[in-house]
Amino acid sequence: MTAVLFQQVSRHFGAVRAVDSVDLAIAEGEFFAMLGPSGSGKTTCLRLMAGFEQPTSGHIEIFGETAEGVPPYRRNVNTVFQDYALFPHLSILENVAYGLMVKGVDKAERLKAAEDALAMVKLPGYGTRRPGQLSGGQRQRVALARALVNRPRVLLLDEPLGALDLKLREQMQEELKSLQKSLGITFVFVTHDQGEALSMADRIAVFSDGRIQQLGTPEEVYKRPQTRFVADFVGSSNVLPPDFVEHLGFGKHYASLRPEDIGLGEGPGRKSFSGRVTAASFLGAANRVTVEANGARVAAMLPAAVAVPAQGEMVTLSFLPQDLHTMDGAQ
Amino acid sequence: MSTVTDTSILAGRQGPSGRLSDFFWRNPKILLLLMLTPPLLWLGIIYLGSLFALLLQSFFSIDDFSGLINYEFTLATYRQLLIPSNFDIILRTVVMAVLVTLASAVIAFPIAYYAARYAKGKWKVVFYLGVMLPLWSSYLVKIYAWKLILAKEGILTWLFAKLHLLWLLDAWLSLPVVGGSSLSISYTGTFIVFIYVWMPFMILPIQASLERVPGNLIEASADLGGTPAQTFRFVLFPLALPGIIAGSIFTFSLTLGDYIIPQIIGSSRLFIGQAVYAQQGTAGNIPLAAAFSVVPIVIMGLYLWMAKRQGAFDAL
Repeated sequence: MTAVLFQQVSRHFGAVRAVDSVDLAIAEGEFFAMLGPSGSGKTTCLRLMAGFEQPTSGHIEIFGETAEGVPPYRRNVNTVFQDYALFPHLSILENVAYGLMVKGVDKAERLKAAEDALAMVKLPGYGTRRPGQLSGGQRQRVALARALVNRPRVLLLDEPLGALDLKLREQMQEELKSLQKSLGITFVFVTHDQGEALSMADRIAVFSDGRIQQLGTPEEVYKRPQTRFVADFVGSSNVLPPDFVEHLGFGKHYASLRPEDIGLGEGPGRKSFSGRVTAASFLGAANRVTVEANGARVAAMLPAAVAVPAQGEMVTLSFLPQDLHTMDGAQ
Repeated sequence: MSTVTDTSILAGRQGPSGRLSDFFWRNPKILLLLMLTPPLLWLGIIYLGSLFALLLQSFFSIDDFSGLINYEFTLATYRQLLIPSNFDIILRTVVMAVLVTLASAVIAFPIAYYAARYAKGKWKVVFYLGVMLPLWSSYLVKIYAWKLILAKEGILTWLFAKLHLLWLLDAWLSLPVVGGSSLSISYTGTFIVFIYVWMPFMILPIQASLERVPGNLIEASADLGGTPAQTFRFVLFPLALPGIIAGSIFTFSLTLGDYIIPQIIGSSRLFIGQAVYAQQGTAGNIPLAAAFSVVPIVIMGLYLWMAKRQGAFDAL
């Protein structure tokens, strides 16, 4: 069943087209990521699902029911806000129980459910504290518990990990993923971090300028970007200009080539080109080498075991033909 | 290049002001002391001192024959407050202050909410001007203006007549207590003018407290299933409560102490402020005047204590 359906949905603010004719269908139980830079329309799409925004035109369905004109409080959809939006005047337990309270669940029952939700996000016994007394990571978990205690059919997450430090973020990514698997709730996740989207999502929609540039599994989006924007934004792939690609014998198209698919030296069945090293940096597990060849700048990720070529040195690089993906259009 | 020196420690500024700067930098506490002493002296001696002198006066009594003050400690003056004619004054004033405060809060909240949530740029300026402008004109002029508006020949009666609602006004004026022969000599008139004059003191604190409520808390409440009424009751109101309390401190204490508005607009029955004015002036009974002025202080103290116990300041 389709959890969320967008048909030609637009949301304009004056002359700004925040969301521009977006079509998408999110399946039930899916972990769906909306990826893009700030101002690309991904958050507005999320707000359209939550009901905080109404579409200028187009049609939205949530589990087959029309969502336009339905206020947020009548949608069985809950949001984890970017800065958590916990109620500062309520205790943690009251915060988590809020959704059940406004729906008229009796006190003993809702406090029990809130306790269970806190235990699920590994914060048992924190109920009596105030949001101001918790760390960012703990507040994030409370926001998650507050949304999940309502058993929503769709959980919307607006950059929920943005304010956490790297270590905590990686830990939360795994926890979110396993939570989603065990609960079976549809998760719609907004992020500008492509690594986060790739590692967590079942499918990714890459947004730019209010439109979906590409929609697919993480592997598809990463390996076969359809536009220059996607190639550049997801994993900073090399975008090769048409002249360069034609020179290698692939026809006059833009093409993407992953830095990690490029190796040093020639080999059987590999396409090769040579260029001058302009920069080299040590990244720990690998060396990132930038080469200027036939007027194009190409980055290559070389294993740390390979000796780093010196700056200014001429080198020959090669790749397997199937790793080069030509892109349609000049976008 | 020549103006920029190569040394890592710059030479001290010359002259007394340079030496003074260095001195204060090394002794920041002395600077703080110097800055705080004058206002603290003012507050301590002139403000609290006179309040204390007042409190002291209220424990003296007046000799009924000679009219001289008897400087002996007694609670007789406070007992005098409880005789029906004086206690009526206190009751009348407190009831009026409570009603004025409640009505002000109800009227001020939507205005403050609009200003905090929706007014931007130019409209914010219009809001501030609209709220503050009445404060710039003379208090007496405004009250006399209201006297004209509320008078039997005034614009309000005229308006009711034009709307064929004169029967409504007459029905209201024929009610006991709140009525009278015209609005300008009824408690209703006093009530209206009190609300008008104190309104800015209620709007501004509420607006300041609503300004600090992040918009996404309102969205979060709606997201969790809260209807607009529930969002108001469980999120907006508790978070605005410190502002409402701050505003009510103004409207409540100002109404308790005012002696001009009830003098000009209303029935001839006294309010606390008028009683103080009469006792220390024409009657020359300073102890009773002092005892009367202690009443609002005690009431405000009780009010704040109750507000704190009810958790009104938890969101601060």
